[in-house]
Amino acid sequence: MAKQIEVTDVDAYYGSHKAIEGINMTIDARAVTAFIGPSGCGKSTFLRTLNRMHEVIPGARVEGKIRMEDQDLYGSDVDPVSVRRTIGMVFQRPNPFPTMSIYDNVAAGLRLNHRYSKSQLDTIVEDSLKGANLWNEVKDRLTKPGSGLSGGQQQRLCIARAIAVQPQVLLMDEPCSALDPISTLAIEDLISKLKQEFTIVIVTHNMQQAARVSDKTAFFNLAAQGQPGKLIEMDDTTKIFTSPTQKATEDYITGRFG
Amino acid sequence: MSAVTPEIQRISGMRRFKDKGVQALVYLAFVIAVIPLVSVLWLVIANGIARLDLEFLTHSMRNIGARDAGGGAYHAIIGTLEQVALASVISVPIGLFTAIYLVEYGTNGRLKRSISFFVDIMTGVPSVVAGLFVLAFWILILGMPFSGWAGAMALAILMLPTVVRAAEEMLLLVPNDLREASYALGVSKWRTIVKVVLPTAFTGIVTGVMLAVARVAGETAPLLLTVFFTDSINNDPFNGPQMGLPLYVFDQAARPNDTAIDRAWAAALTLIIIIMLLNLAARLITYWRSPARKR
Repeated sequence: MAKQIEVTDVDAYYGSHKAIEGINMTIDARAVTAFIGPSGCGKSTFLRTLNRMHEVIPGARVEGKIRMEDQDLYGSDVDPVSVRRTIGMVFQRPNPFPTMSIYDNVAAGLRLNHRYSKSQLDTIVEDSLKGANLWNEVKDRLTKPGSGLSGGQQQRLCIARAIAVQPQVLLMDEPCSALDPISTLAIEDLISKLKQEFTIVIVTHNMQQAARVSDKTAFFNLAAQGQPGKLIEMDDTTKIFTSPTQKATEDYITGRFG
Repeated sequence: MSAVTPEIQRISGMRRFKDKGVQALVYLAFVIAVIPLVSVLWLVIANGIARLDLEFLTHSMRNIGARDAGGGAYHAIIGTLEQVALASVISVPIGLFTAIYLVEYGTNGRLKRSISFFVDIMTGVPSVVAGLFVLAFWILILGMPFSGWAGAMALAILMLPTVVRAAEEMLLLVPNDLREASYALGVSKWRTIVKVVLPTAFTGIVTGVMLAVARVAGETAPLLLTVFFTDSINNDPFNGPQMGLPLYVFDQAARPNDTAIDRAWAAALTLIIIIMLLNLAARLITYWRSPARKR
C-alpha cells in the first residue's frame, strides 16, 4: 500500500518567518528516506508539512505542491484529518496517552475514527504490537497504563499506535534521540522491517543512523541564522556519504561544521 | 599550577544560621496559617455537636415556637443540596465549554480576549450583586416567584468564573505532544479534545469544580434575595420559597434564645460536613479514574 510522494517548490512559514524555501524532491515508496542537517535547518518543519501537521501551529502555513501518487495533499477540498490518517507520524519524544492502557493506546487511532468489533481490535492490536517488536514484552500487561513502560518501549508503543491505523507513509521525527543504544538498535531493526510495507521518512541527527537505515538521504542547510532552510542535495545514501557533489554536504558529513 | 585552586570548604556559620532561620520562619508561617483553620473547626465542632442529632437532620422548623428547643435543619439541607446541584448543572457545562473555547479554539482573537476579560470581571462580582441581579431580572422584571431555582441561578453566576479558570488552567497543563499525537493518528480536533484532552485534565477539572461548589455552598446574601426564606420543607426547587443552610445559620444566630444559637452552630457544622463529604466523593472519583489504578 506504500505510496510515493512528489514535492514541488514547497515553502513553509511560521507567521511572517519563512522556515524553509523551495524544496523539491521525490520520496520513494517502500524505501527509507533520511533527512539530515544542522539544527534549525527546517528538516522537522518540512517533515511536518508532509502530513499537514505544520498548519496545526497557530500562524503556520505552507505554499507549494505536495502530491501523493495522483492526489494533491494541499488541494482545497482535501480534509487534513484524512491526510494524517494516511500519513502517520512518530515524534521525537515518546508520547503515549497517559490516561489509556497499552491496549487502548494502540487501539486509539482506530477507536477514535471508526467502530470496530472487539475481535477485530484484538487482532489489529496484536499485529501492530508484533510489528513494532513489542508484543512479547507487553502481552501479559496490555491493560496496564502505557506510561509505565521504559522510554524505548514507549517509543515502540507509539510506533505500534501509528502503524495500527495502517497508513501508507510513516514519518519519524528523530525517533531515537531520547533513547539508549539498545532501544535505538531495536527501532532501527524495526525501520528496516517496516520499509517492506511503508514508505518511511526519518529525520535524524545521527549520521551513522542515516547511513545504516536509509536508502536515500537528503541534506538540508541554511545560509545563515534567520534565513530559510533549503534542500542542498539528495541522492542514494551511499553516494551522499562517499562522494557528495556539494561542498557543504561533504563538510557536514565529515564533521567540519554543524 | 600557579593559578589559585579552589579549596573545598566547610559550610560557613553564617550560611548555617541563615538556613535554620529561614526554616524556622517557614514553620512559623505554617503554624500561623493553621491556627485560624483549626480554631474555626474546633469552635464549630465543640458548639455544634450538641444539637447535631437525628432530630436535627430529619426535622424542619415548622411549628417550632420562638423559645422551643428541638426542631431541625432538614429543610435547609434539602434546599442547599438542590440549589448547589442546580447551580452546578448550569455553570459546569457553560464553564467547561468556555474553557475549551479559550484554550483549544480561540487563537488570540478578539473574542477570546473579551471572554477572558469578562470572566475576570465576573470573578470580582460581590455575591450580593449576583443575588440582586437575579432578584431584579428574574423576580421583579419577569415576575417569577422566589424559588430554589432563582437561588441556583445566582449561585451559578458566582461559580461560573471559578469553573472557567480552573478548567482553563487544567486544559493548558495538557501537553501539546498529546494533541499532536492524536492529530497524527488522523483524529479530528473535537474527538481529540473529548477523548484525549478532557480525560487527561479530568482530575484537575473535578477538583476545580469542587472548589467552586464549596465556595458557593456557604453563600448567604444571594440566597436571601432569591430563595427567600421558609421554616417548612419544600422539596420542589422550582416552586415557592426554600431554605438553605447558610440562611438557616443566619436566621437562627440572630435569635436571642440559646436553643436557636445551638441550632445555628449545628447547621454550620452540618454545612462543613456536607462540603467535606462532597470533597471526599470527588477525591474518590478521581482516585478511581486515575490511570495508575485502571483495572
